[in-house]
Amino acid sequence: MTRRADRGTLLALVVATILVTFALFAPWIAPHAPDAIDLAGRRASPSTAHWFGTDDLGRDLFARVLFGARVSLAIGVLAAALTVALGATVGTVAGWTGRWIDALLMRIADALLAMPRLPLLMITSVILRPGVALLIVLVAAVGWMETARVVRAEVRSLATRGFVEAARAVGAGAIWSMWRHVRPNVMPTLVVATTLAVGRSILLESALSFFGVGVQPPTASWGNMLYQAQATMATEPWLAFFPGVAIVISVLTVNALGERLDLPKKGSDSN
Amino acid sequence: MLLVSVLVFALLHAAPGGPLSVYLENPGVRPEDIERLRRALGLDQPLATQYLRWLAAFVRGDWGFSLSDGRPVAERMLERAPATLELAATSLVMALLAAVPLGVRSAVRRGGWVDRIGSVAALTGVSLPVFWFGLLLQLSIAIGLGWLPSSGRSSAFEGGAADRIRHLILPGIVLAAVHAAAWSRYLRASMIGILSQRFILAGESRGVPHRRLMLRHALRNAAGPLVTVVLLDAALLVSGAVVTESVFAWPGLGGLFTEALARRDYPVLMAFLMVTSVAVIMLNLLADLAHRVLDPRTR
Repeated sequence: MTRRADRGTLLALVVATILVTFALFAPWIAPHAPDAIDLAGRRASPSTAHWFGTDDLGRDLFARVLFGARVSLAIGVLAAALTVALGATVGTVAGWTGRWIDALLMRIADALLAMPRLPLLMITSVILRPGVALLIVLVAAVGWMETARVVRAEVRSLATRGFVEAARAVGAGAIWSMWRHVRPNVMPTLVVATTLAVGRSILLESALSFFGVGVQPPTASWGNMLYQAQATMATEPWLAFFPGVAIVISVLTVNALGERLDLPKKGSDSN
Repeated sequence: MLLVSVLVFALLHAAPGGPLSVYLENPGVRPEDIERLRRALGLDQPLATQYLRWLAAFVRGDWGFSLSDGRPVAERMLERAPATLELAATSLVMALLAAVPLGVRSAVRRGGWVDRIGSVAALTGVSLPVFWFGLLLQLSIAIGLGWLPSSGRSSAFEGGAADRIRHLILPGIVLAAVHAAAWSRYLRASMIGILSQRFILAGESRGVPHRRLMLRHALRNAAGPLVTVVLLDAALLVSGAVVTESVFAWPGLGGLFTEALARRDYPVLMAFLMVTSVAVIMLNLLADLAHRVLDPRTR
């Protein structure tokens, strides 16, 4: 890895730490309460009192972006973890058992891959009207297929290698073999997959909320703040600007991290 | 494809109140009428029978009626399709025009400034929320500078070609951005792979001009995989079109979808999901075929 890449990784890590700190300590950092209504100071443009300006109810946008970070980042991280956990489980089961279970699981993956993700999620959200928890499950439910495919391929190739066969021959159970031999081999792939899934999940949540079918007000998420900002965009552009910047910075950071994490793996394909 | 249809059918039935929800929520409709309708529509049959009938109807092009205006879903979708195809074709051309030179240049001068800017731009491109990018362009170029119209497919009183093209530019760029980012990096990676092969070295040592070598020989070999990737990204294009058309009030299928979403118009939503999924599957098959035709090694 070159020094440039190192610096990039460092920068991404610093930004990620700052983002998470902001989200965790939002109540202490925010200069105003995120839902404090100030009708006299409505629609104020950014100033020293309100760094990001105020919205149509006079709520401080900086505070709302901070609190929105908690919702948006939490959904991003949890949905990504669930996505990869689901993908790894399906991939392992499919790869290890083979035969019809494998065929069935992979056909389900194919079918879900063929359906455009965002419209599918939008319809499901309209039907189920999910809260934050269910939203996380839904985002994971449409995103696990790629991980499952990769893990399945790894498990299949590992299952026939000497050391795993040897373990089976001396009577190691399936779960033990997975944990001891397969897990360490797929771990790097899973770490990268999780990182990239965080970015994708944040984007999906924001898109859903932007169309009014994701996180519902009064809970602030970056997506639904943009949804509310759309109507008054011409007169109060800051309302549309800052939440979007927050999304771009977070997604950019995790994608950059994912890309860096992926580099060493490609360099040492020989083992 | 069958599995997709089962999933769509399951979603249809999971909708609140089932397919008759509009009537259930209407206090003017008596319960016995609902019962009669249920029988008339065959909703008292077992699910499997209902599914087969629905599938048969769908294949025949009978996609039900829109809940918002009562017109056949197929008719509504057909009248919206040209606008979407126009937008999709435009953005496809734009994305390729951006991705191919960028990818080739990045691969040939690896680590050069084009490559470095390209890598940052590509990372940003895939990290941008499509709808927000659209809003920003609207805000800055259409509303702020007034250079291009902010929404719609044509102006009210001038329907000329120039006007149509001006309306296409912004949504085209937005829809193209994500793809251009991903494709340029993909092309760069496959070009680098090809450039390290022996026939390039052989060409160079025989004095084939650099430019000709890169474009005729290297790019030609890298183009095959790129075509496959472009076709495989069809599902992503559909998602992008839904968002872009909604932001720019483009009167296409994606716009129809978001309108239907706001009105809970389930027949339209399901038909959209079904049609786009089938289209994606077709394009994926085409990708397989293209791969076979373009890469002689797989023949």
